[in-house]
Amino acid sequence: MTHSTFRGSTAIVGLGETRYYKRGAAPDPEFKMTLDAIRLAADDAGIDVREIDGFASFSNDRNDPAHLAAALGTKHVGFSNMFWGGGGGGGSGAVSNAAAAVAAGFCEIAVAYRGLAQGQFGRFGQGSTARQVAGAAAFTAPYGLMSPAQTFAMRVRRFMHEHRVEQDAMKAIALASYYHAQRNPRAVMYGKPLSAEDYDNSRWIVEPFHLFDCCQENDGAAAVIVTTAERARDLKHAPAYILAAAQGTDYRQAATVHNAPDYATSNFKTLAPRLYAMAGVGPEEVDVLQSYENFTGGVMMSVVENGFCTPEQVNGFFALETFRFDGGKLPLNTSGGNLAECYMHGLELITEAVRQVRGTSPCQLPRDVNISMVTSGPMVQPVSSLILGRESNR
Amino acid sequence: MSDQPAIQKPLPEPDDASRPFWDGAAAGRLMLMRCNSCRTWRLPSRMHCDRCLSTDVGWEQASGRGTVRTFGIMHQRYHPGFANDLPYNVSIVELDEGPRLPTNLVGVSNADIKVGMKVVVDWERHADVTLPKFRPA
Ligand SMILES: [Zn+2]
Repeated sequence: MTHSTFRGSTAIVGLGETRYYKRGAAPDPEFKMTLDAIRLAADDAGIDVREIDGFASFSNDRNDPAHLAAALGTKHVGFSNMFWGGGGGGGSGAVSNAAAAVAAGFCEIAVAYRGLAQGQFGRFGQGSTARQVAGAAAFTAPYGLMSPAQTFAMRVRRFMHEHRVEQDAMKAIALASYYHAQRNPRAVMYGKPLSAEDYDNSRWIVEPFHLFDCCQENDGAAAVIVTTAERARDLKHAPAYILAAAQGTDYRQAATVHNAPDYATSNFKTLAPRLYAMAGVGPEEVDVLQSYENFTGGVMMSVVENGFCTPEQVNGFFALETFRFDGGKLPLNTSGGNLAECYMHGLELITEAVRQVRGTSPCQLPRDVNISMVTSGPMVQPVSSLILGRESNR
Repeated sequence: MSDQPAIQKPLPEPDDASRPFWDGAAAGRLMLMRCNSCRTWRLPSRMHCDRCLSTDVGWEQASGRGTVRTFGIMHQRYHPGFANDLPYNVSIVELDEGPRLPTNLVGVSNADIKVGMKVVVDWERHADVTLPKFRPA
């Protein structure tokens, strides 16, 4: 790849998160929570919230920039953007779109945000109960194939079959998330530890997924602020420079009714080389990884496709000892992530990746974090990823 | 039936693009689209060939034979129409002709389903429509 002018030209400088709630438990409307998260992020950065002139979100967020800007007193809007696709595939993508707009000069201070109040609005990911179905659904719904969990369970089952992966690999991901959440007071599962026996004894949702292989459902809002490297140096916290970003999808991954040619994949095979090439680092240099868990099996394939181990190494590599913040070879989902902190559709993974660079996580690595990576939305189309780093790595 | 769920299972509503598939099913024939240029098979209702992008297409009868590519066993109550079937299998059969068809396997217990099993189509008849399901070959 030719040298990218994007590398290191922007940084994440502000983090804002409301309290995180179980689904339907938020006391405030979604719009207010989104505004709160943006204001908190501006305060964290040390900027006047009215200076924000760029807005980016993902997953068809309901809180549109024009209304947010009106409520915040934004002086002018230079950029507003929605990353296509559902689920959490656009978490890193929204941040990188915001950063690209800053780098290109459309705006100077951009916010990437996500707000969710599922008591106020409908529950995310629910299907229709119509009696007659047409189009692609005519080939799935009549068989009782309609939930995201089923769709992803089948991709994961095929991966497990091809590489002789044991259930314990997925269990390790769940245990790591809960292990980290016990040190994180923001986590919805703080004070609710998960043992290996709890996992084994939990009910099946759809085999091969137990209850604890599936993300939570939550309410809340989160926001991160991106600005130029020049501006970032004068703000409150050490900047988390965006060293690389990738987004997109592999060949025909969205082919309907389970006809993607490469089926047992998290959809990161073509993103990973682009991401590492832009960052100028390889997976062996990544100090800490936040990997989006819609389902643990997606994390498993994403970790493999992003080069942290081969498919044949999964059974040995995927263990709590590997993923712990305190001494693990690959500290993973160190805030508790979607499984145990909050399912803020992965924006909370990005705030944690920044905290690791700043040195402020409740599960801060006991060594320097130079390279902090995020992968967003395995098994959906499109997906996205980010590599963040410190001034010394810029 | 007194235990019939108030909300019933969804059934396909054939449209112009998919009608030959459903008409074929009613007659016990698994009909697929096939590119007249490169002879690649495909599911309805794709207007052009996945491989060569040609729109020159015909309908041909497939063998009805295939292999279980993957499956899941559904335990969660999700759609009320399937509540009485739990736990049930959702499976993807890769047809010998290439395309993959989501389905349920019949004539086999959940515990005996294996990736790679050979299967053959088995028709499930409803009043207005017939669904292709699959049983061990
Ligand atoms: Zn063709």
